[in-house]
Amino acid sequence: MTEIVVDGEPLPYVEGQTVAAALVATGRLAWRTTRVGHRPRGVFCGIGVCFDCLVTVDGAPGQRACLVPARPGMTVTTTVTTTAAPQEGDDE
Amino acid sequence: MSEPADLIVVGAGPAGMAAAATALAGGLRVVLLDSGTALGGQYWRHPPEHARTAVPTDDLHHGLRRYRALCEALAAGRDTSRLDLRLEHHVWSAVRAGDGFAVHAADRREAPRETAVVLRAPRLLVATGAYDRQLPFPGWDLPGVLTAGGLQALLKGAGVAAGSRVALGGTGPFLLPVAAGLAARGVEVVEVCEAAHPRAWLRRPGPLLRNPGKWAEGAGYAAALVRHRVPLRPRTAIVAAEGGDRVTSVRIASLAPDGSPRPGTERRVAVDAVGVGWGFAPQLDLLVPLGCALTDAADGNAVVSVDEGQRTTVPGLYAAGETCGVGGAALAVHEGRLAAASVLADSRARRVPAHKHLTALRAAVVRQRAFARAMALAHPLPPAWSSWLTDETVVCRCEEVTAGTIRTARADGAPDHRQVKQLTRAGMGWCQGRMCGPAVHCLTARKRAYEPAERLVATPVTLGALADLDEEPPPPPISPTSPAPPRPPAPSAPTAPTDNGETDKECS
Repeated sequence: MTEIVVDGEPLPYVEGQTVAAALVATGRLAWRTTRVGHRPRGVFCGIGVCFDCLVTVDGAPGQRACLVPARPGMTVTTTVTTTAAPQEGDDE
Repeated sequence: MSEPADLIVVGAGPAGMAAAATALAGGLRVVLLDSGTALGGQYWRHPPEHARTAVPTDDLHHGLRRYRALCEALAAGRDTSRLDLRLEHHVWSAVRAGDGFAVHAADRREAPRETAVVLRAPRLLVATGAYDRQLPFPGWDLPGVLTAGGLQALLKGAGVAAGSRVALGGTGPFLLPVAAGLAARGVEVVEVCEAAHPRAWLRRPGPLLRNPGKWAEGAGYAAALVRHRVPLRPRTAIVAAEGGDRVTSVRIASLAPDGSPRPGTERRVAVDAVGVGWGFAPQLDLLVPLGCALTDAADGNAVVSVDEGQRTTVPGLYAAGETCGVGGAALAVHEGRLAAASVLADSRARRVPAHKHLTALRAAVVRQRAFARAMALAHPLPPAWSSWLTDETVVCRCEEVTAGTIRTARADGAPDHRQVKQLTRAGMGWCQGRMCGPAVHCLTARKRAYEPAERLVATPVTLGALADLDEEPPPPPISPTSPAPPRPPAPSAPTAPTDNGETDKECS
């Protein structure tokens, strides 16, 4: 078992897993907050099409967590703002 | 530096693998690109080669013997240096260049670092597959709601189940292997909600009878569901997902023949994950800008128009698999072989497949295409699906545009999804309308077929990677053992992808 570092905390993963798979494997389904409705988001399509799972990897923003293979020591920064305003998701 | 390639194949799923193997057997030099970390595409998605013992997934697959045979053929091609296999290469554009094609890719083997690569060949074969087609419903943006393919990808690619109590919904046979795979990994699949009725298949029994392999496969999955006590409920749909920070329950309703929920039939079922999929949308991002003619498939998708040898209307450009219409892996393999046989014939290769072999391949493709058509007609999008939406339901996930906003734009006179996009930003975000495109189309242009727009950049690529390309040097060879010289991480400058062939007729 090896580890990546997610928001400063070590996260174990199994060799071969993507960053998204490593997060989901520990029960974490959301790691991003939407711009407009401040809604939690995580993996949706799992194959790089929907861009819901974006994270910053080793300083590079806008990375699809479902496509980036986890590597030892990789630093991942999520954009979850802890107090997500639970509005009924509208942009109006 | 190796000799110039005769053929570039984009996509290493069933179609692309088969195409590359056939082209190699005919003596061609082939470049095979895929964004994934392993051969197989989505259907045969595998963990990367070095991680297969850590993440065993063989039991989740179908047709592995064929996969292994193709892997061996490709490995032999690499051994003789006639195959240049480039995994983790994200192709963002393919253009005509001189007498052939230039394929632009971002080499992401050292992700997040990207290195721009340009590959050239006189002929190009696009086998980029498809992704789950989605219809929005209240709560579909909650964490824990995934596409059915997303659940499958996590399972097959990483051995990870996204939940322990899962409901599946949508339409099409793909829901069955997803349910069977989850159940095999100990997940409680509480219900598979299939919007169609199996009776629909009986209206066109011919294709079913002529494809015994298909119904045997279906029967195998059905038996697995019975074994795991997974209820498969026809004419039902997940009409809402509920929860706070993540999904905790779904509402399931029985459907009237038009697909509207029958009043009084709604049930709430506790879950911790959901998988949804309404068939697939072909990935046409590279093909549309090249100017290929498209045609309407029975499932409402625009697909690439090809001749009986898988040639598109653009000379030197071939397509195989789901880009020519969603039809499954067996068909994709046959089309890949057929396309490569055409490449061999068109490039006057010395070894071309025998006439008898080609005739058999064509017959198999015709038979399996007929099956795909019957499948599409048996699993339509429910005409009244939009009755599930409330005005507050998010339709465009990226820009968070609601059904109400889109309906207002339509009432204000927006005649199609393009105008709606301009007025509301639906389809203007990160995914460029790949997720919401079919739905927005349905909500505006009711009966018309969806005309795919162009996405000039098929996947985001950093400006840093592009800056290195100003001279368009030959493809920089980077072996996995000798990483490229360090360079400062490029700022991620997302560029917008294309529009692809999502479609839908007969949607309300």
